[in-house]
Amino acid sequence: MSTSEALSLVPKAAGKQTMKDFKSDQEVRWCPGCGDYAVLAAVQSFMPELGLARENVVFVSGIGCSSRFPYYMNTYGMHSIHGRAPAIATGLATSRRDLSVWVVTGDGDALSIGGNHLIHALRRNVNLKILLFNNRIYGLTKGQYSPTSETGKITKSTPMGSLEAPFNPVSLAIGAEASFVARTIDSDRKHLQSVLRAAADHPGTALVEIYQNCNIFNDGAFEALKDSATAQEAVIRLEHGEPIRFGAPAEDGLGSKGVVRDPATGELSVADVAEVGTDRVLVHDAHTPNPAAAFALSRLADPDTLHHTPIGVLRNVARPVYDTDMADQLDRAVSLHGEGDLAGLLSGTDTWTVP
Amino acid sequence: MTSQVSSPITAGTADEPHVVVDVLGEQRKPAKETRQLDRVIIRFAGDSGDGMQLTGDRFTSETASFGNDLSTLPNFPAEIRAPAGTLPGVSSFQLHFADHDILTPGDAPNVLVAMNPAALKANLGDLPRGAEIIVDTDEFTKRAMAKVGWAASPLEDGSLGAFAVHPVPLTTLTLEALKDSGLARKDAERAKNMFALGLLSWMYHRPTENTEAFLLRKFAKKPDIAAANVAAFRAGWNFGETTEDFAVSYEVAPASAAFPKGTYRNISGNLALSYGLIAASKQAQLPLFLGSYPITPASDILHELSRHKNFGVRTFQAEDEIAAIGAALGASFGGALAVTTTSGPGVALKSETIGLAVSLELPLLVVDIQRGGPSTGLPTKTEQADLLQAMYGRNGEAPVPVVAPATAADCFTAALEAARIALTYRTPVFLLSDGYLANGSEPWRIPQLDELPDLRVEFASGPNHTDADGTETFWPYLRDPQTLARPWAVPGTPGLEHRIGGIEKQDGTGNISYDPANHDLMVRTRQAKVDGIAVPDIEVDDPSGTARTLVLGWGSTYGPITAAVRRIRREGGQVAQAHLRHLNPFPGNLGQVLKAYDRVVVPEMNLGQLAHLLRAKYLVDARSFTQVTGLPFKAEQLAAAVTAIMEENADVDV
Ligand code: SF4
Repeated sequence: MSTSEALSLVPKAAGKQTMKDFKSDQEVRWCPGCGDYAVLAAVQSFMPELGLARENVVFVSGIGCSSRFPYYMNTYGMHSIHGRAPAIATGLATSRRDLSVWVVTGDGDALSIGGNHLIHALRRNVNLKILLFNNRIYGLTKGQYSPTSETGKITKSTPMGSLEAPFNPVSLAIGAEASFVARTIDSDRKHLQSVLRAAADHPGTALVEIYQNCNIFNDGAFEALKDSATAQEAVIRLEHGEPIRFGAPAEDGLGSKGVVRDPATGELSVADVAEVGTDRVLVHDAHTPNPAAAFALSRLADPDTLHHTPIGVLRNVARPVYDTDMADQLDRAVSLHGEGDLAGLLSGTDTWTVP
Repeated sequence: MTSQVSSPITAGTADEPHVVVDVLGEQRKPAKETRQLDRVIIRFAGDSGDGMQLTGDRFTSETASFGNDLSTLPNFPAEIRAPAGTLPGVSSFQLHFADHDILTPGDAPNVLVAMNPAALKANLGDLPRGAEIIVDTDEFTKRAMAKVGWAASPLEDGSLGAFAVHPVPLTTLTLEALKDSGLARKDAERAKNMFALGLLSWMYHRPTENTEAFLLRKFAKKPDIAAANVAAFRAGWNFGETTEDFAVSYEVAPASAAFPKGTYRNISGNLALSYGLIAASKQAQLPLFLGSYPITPASDILHELSRHKNFGVRTFQAEDEIAAIGAALGASFGGALAVTTTSGPGVALKSETIGLAVSLELPLLVVDIQRGGPSTGLPTKTEQADLLQAMYGRNGEAPVPVVAPATAADCFTAALEAARIALTYRTPVFLLSDGYLANGSEPWRIPQLDELPDLRVEFASGPNHTDADGTETFWPYLRDPQTLARPWAVPGTPGLEHRIGGIEKQDGTGNISYDPANHDLMVRTRQAKVDGIAVPDIEVDDPSGTARTLVLGWGSTYGPITAAVRRIRREGGQVAQAHLRHLNPFPGNLGQVLKAYDRVVVPEMNLGQLAHLLRAKYLVDARSFTQVTGLPFKAEQLAAAVTAIMEENADVDV
């Protein structure tokens, strides 16, 4: 059961919970085989671990396939409008600190139409957990390129290929002053849940990018990271305090590849550990206030092939939490001026009396 | 040079005439001859950097505490510092005060204080013959006059012969008064508005202590500036008392008879509206949440509410208009009294979220301080052209109740009424104020707390439906049979976990539904809910009972319309007046009222939006009289327009 600061004001459940407690009575209506199912199951089976009173958990979503998510959670929920979930959740979380508020969004919802709300939520550091389902395509509108689609993507709206450079959601979040940024993959339940755990424990806004397969319009977008033949070389698993190593195991049992920093430019690159030696391998520090290393890590992956994609918690730092500070200001106002006195307020200082 | 300073003010108008009575030597101070007036209209005008709004505000406060009835019209450019000395840079503040009940800031000033040639030129056209003009002669340099296209000084070429001009070297006198202050010339010069205020305070016997106290408070951190402003203010007063140029001062008695018993203060529309929101929160026992993005002329509400965190008020300055209303809607879902404040362009951005609030059926106040449009339009000027946007500016059938305050002080009551509707019927509600009400001010009788409505609501606390198998469940869209409101079940309530959204919902269960018949039912039910909102009948003022013409208005035109109607009646005309506070739904008796008159005249600061609604709903020949100048109607013009309509074919119809 979590006792983190992030959830300290949220009432705990009376008894033990199971995954079933978090399943709503609604029929799940994603396409068969959609990655959303795996994420839903991972979240439903993870929630009992937090042990929060179910009625104090709220899922807020925007528009898109993934945004149907709240209907399937037996908690409070709101399926709102396109892109606006972070704004709506901000109002809810800042006015109700006894709630655990989760935002479910997609790449189009969060990064295109709702980009402004996302960056400002991250900047403010409101106590929100944002799950960004990135399938690199517009699913619900039937297959147009999204702001995370690779350049040159052929879709219904780009028959000759997309002309746009994609966003890297993790880079974007770090640039937007996010205090917690992680990435995970729909099919890796264990990893997904470990990231959810860290996010839930984080006081402030947590952004979790979840690579999610849309088997209808962009099947296999993340295959390089899932296929056992390629994944070992493609995925970089980050652990705070551990050297960043991946690839086929070296003699010491850790990966034979490592991430090293160029001492002159500060740039990160992948090297053979055997060549450069273990001492040069970067040790992952998610807690360092300076975002430079996390940002450099987020740039390692090839945007087209996703080769060298770091997953795990890239950044997890303590920063003042907006809703906490807002509540503090209210308390301070009361201690400075006393509880609001309506009659006094209405009267003001300059009055006259008509007898 | 003119010196006809003792000529009586002759700018009285038919509806609010001047009574000029000479009273000699009865006053303690000023010591000079004093005349009694029943009302005065003063306009302060200067560069936007000259502090005219502050000067006007102070004169207003003095006047309010003296007990006159009053009404104000601040008028300023959108630019913070428009080019100095130019016509577009002129900022003015008009104040009408009287010993009786008045309704408007006045059609034409009796007194103009012009701080420079631009201020004189920009306002000259509004002055009636005989008006007094006080000018700062120091600013009438060749260069300054050239900026407004004057080759010769109007102060010297006789072109102001119709007016009583007081040429005063305001700048020199201010500098002289502050020569020992140690202030740099530039800083000392800036106090000239206080010199002017002092002079006017002398002329009209305004109490001065509050202004001195105000200046000391305002410049508490800069004692030398505070002292200089007070010194300039006193110098202005003494100047009036000693110089021969001002032979007479005037007294306007308190408007005791005009006011019902009570304690009063002066209040602007935006302040009254802010207080109304705080009062609504108290009366509803719900925390107030404001989501807002800065926009003229609504920002003052954000500023004001931000100062009252000790009332549990949360103010959230969002990244944009959409986030502002989104956050408010989120707070409403969580059980707050949620508000978003904006102006027309902001409403356009918020439309989709208002539609969501209609679909979610959650309480939400959308405060629109209307300004001139379309697009950016006239940010600092007033207009009523968002009525149809409030009524219809959304996709789908998305009815939203609309409430409009009639006067600055009425913004308080209107805010409470909008909150009542939102909370009772679980719906977004538009509160349509405008720039004129927002910035204008008038005396307000401070209500006793026990006069305020009880706005408490009950959140849902348990199941409201039993399934066929006997299971107790919660249906988020099971309605109250009376109000058709759905239950407000806030997160944190065990057993009522539910999901709502913008997709059409099944009646009762609230589950997603694409069923055609259900959609038809839900659309009609949402409409029926709004149509069924209980609003008081509209009252008609028709003293003779024989009027054949009704003047019907809404919102901030109340003052000018009422003044115009009084004027017509004084001339012997029979005219009825009614004013709408509720524009959606309309009062139940409105159809009958309209049909009882041969002619219905609808004055609006738009191109006839209410008239359009009335024609569509009641099939009446509502006649529009419209003006979109960014300024309120003048009573005289309005009276003439209504009279003209009354007299059309009068022999045939009446
Ligand atoms: S379209 Fe794609 S993302 Fe949407 S439900 Fe189907 S598979 Fe999932």
